[in-house]
Amino acid sequence: MTSAPSTDNVLVDVQGLVKHFPITRGIIIQRQVGAVRAVDGITFRIQKGETFGLVGESGCGKSTTGRTILQLYKPTAGHVFFEGIDLVGLDPEKLRLTRRRMQMIFQDPYASLNPRMTVGEIIAEPLIVHAVAHGKEAQERVDYLLELVGLNPAFSNRYPHEFSGGQRQRIGVARALALQPSFIVCDEPISALDVSIQAQVVNLLEDLQQQFGLTYLFIAHDLSMVRHISNRVAVMYLGVIVELAERDDLYTHPLHPYSYALLSAVPVADPLIEERRHRVILEGDVPSPVNPPSGCRFRTRCKYATEICAQVVPEWREIVKDHWVACHHVEGGVPPWERE
Amino acid sequence: MLKDVSASPRVLEVSKLVTQFHTTDGTVHAVNGVSFSLDSGETLGIVGESGCGKSVTVLSMLRLIPEPPGKITNGQAIFLGNDLLAMTPDEIRQVRGAQIGMVFQDPMTSFNPVLTIGRQLTEPLEIHLGMNGPQARDRAAELLEMVGIPQGRERLKDYPHQFSGGMRQRVMIAMALSCTPQILIADEPTTALDVTIQAQIIELVKRLRDEIGMAVIWITHDLGIIAGLARRVMVMYGGYIIEHAYVKELYSNPQHPYTLGLIGSLPRLDRRKERLTSIEGLPPVLYEEPKSCPFAPRCSYAIDRCWKENPPLMEVAPKHETACWVAVSEGGLKA
Repeated sequence: MTSAPSTDNVLVDVQGLVKHFPITRGIIIQRQVGAVRAVDGITFRIQKGETFGLVGESGCGKSTTGRTILQLYKPTAGHVFFEGIDLVGLDPEKLRLTRRRMQMIFQDPYASLNPRMTVGEIIAEPLIVHAVAHGKEAQERVDYLLELVGLNPAFSNRYPHEFSGGQRQRIGVARALALQPSFIVCDEPISALDVSIQAQVVNLLEDLQQQFGLTYLFIAHDLSMVRHISNRVAVMYLGVIVELAERDDLYTHPLHPYSYALLSAVPVADPLIEERRHRVILEGDVPSPVNPPSGCRFRTRCKYATEICAQVVPEWREIVKDHWVACHHVEGGVPPWERE
Repeated sequence: MLKDVSASPRVLEVSKLVTQFHTTDGTVHAVNGVSFSLDSGETLGIVGESGCGKSVTVLSMLRLIPEPPGKITNGQAIFLGNDLLAMTPDEIRQVRGAQIGMVFQDPMTSFNPVLTIGRQLTEPLEIHLGMNGPQARDRAAELLEMVGIPQGRERLKDYPHQFSGGMRQRVMIAMALSCTPQILIADEPTTALDVTIQAQIIELVKRLRDEIGMAVIWITHDLGIIAGLARRVMVMYGGYIIEHAYVKELYSNPQHPYTLGLIGSLPRLDRRKERLTSIEGLPPVLYEEPKSCPFAPRCSYAIDRCWKENPPLMEVAPKHETACWVAVSEGGLKA
């Protein structure tokens, strides 16, 4: 049912998670006329100390997944076990205590820091909200955190606008670390940054993981970066996970036609490889999540789709050890394009 | 009219272009003496990070820099024998959108939201090619089909918001190509799009380039896109071209520490690196002409000379230029 080899080392256990956003009509009497099925039943486990990559294109539900796991959105259905405790329906005070252990780093370093607060206040805020430290103690902690993320502690009296994008993202990382969490959801933490700065932030995240044994859910659309940082990677399409495997396994031997197309679309910075590369060009756009296709959601853009794909939702199965895929046309670990 | 000149393969020759912006904080030296050329049918990549001057270079060339605060203080841009920078506003308007087509980064904001796609597509055809209404509509429908939008004639009645991002970028390309330009300038046209849609757009531009035989200038921060698309590539930093070579040469034998750093900081899809090499520090904003190499503060190779003299672009190997004292004096950079 789930993909984890053993259960004792599981930090986050997501079971059948669903998040629908209602579409309403009417001003005074609002009635629901439909739902955006952003996340539509996903199941996976994140091991302690690993980086779990979640990739997919815009609108596939990867960010919603991250936020719903942290209970920033109330799930429509399903369960999220964090350190063995079900966060869904947990009483608010207990949830608040659990929140210290799970934090988030946001995509946009320009929008996720309050422009009217100094950097010191921003990083100290979680300490004060959770009554962990205050006054001089909090200041010491802020200085320590700033140094940890490679910023000068003397900066704590400055405001966010005085910093570059990369530095702001470091501030976001320091804030996320303030409460010594064990789990951090990184929601596209580097996509707003320049190439040379991206590497700085990714290296920082890797160093911190080493130092504190952090577990990351790394959400991104940059497949090369996800390969670099993750241990295991899940591919999402239109609210569901279509494939999940060990990093190298997924990148060298994808089984789902969507993963295959997605990987082949990413340019590689090497002209000799680009010359020889076979590229699968997908037709059309992603369908609307309000009214997703029946059966397999990818079938409308899949050149291997047959009748069964429209009628039956493909089963989520472990095709090869630790390699999960939801496709009717993967037989014995052989994807359809290798059988042609 | 100008097409007859195209017997010579050179379509564009930019020399010593300088563009500055006068701001309350001082004069920003955005482009500092950039020279390059473009042959017909060729694809040139311009690579660099935000603020390196890559967009300002082409916008200056097309005279799309708002003046003030911007000012083109020097340079020539010879397009088929005529200097774009010396043309009257009327003359340059004849070139823009007709002989030089443009596609910008953001397909959401490049259209007028209150006019139909049909209206916006037929406008250049009527203005530049003197077509009448029905002719222009026929051609517009044809163009939409050419860029892979089915039922082109029907879609002419639609407004920009009725198209998805990838579709809108296709319409942008249709518009840029409507008058069969000699040069297509694409300024980060796929940055706002998903990878699968990006792949569609790149294939489309490659196909049309080969069909029409136009030259392409593709501006991007993504070294990956350039690898599969361009023949030559220029890397920009701090308003200077710091390296210029054929694509294969540049990727296999980078000769500027910045290019080397950029390639090292990229994770690879096809193999795993243990650790990314990052370039410490930040790109500069130049408020005065630098007396040293603009990259020196971030460079691990820097020698004394780098702090005293700004290196010009020099040949380090055949058809391979770099603006680096170390690479040239030592006969090549070792990674």
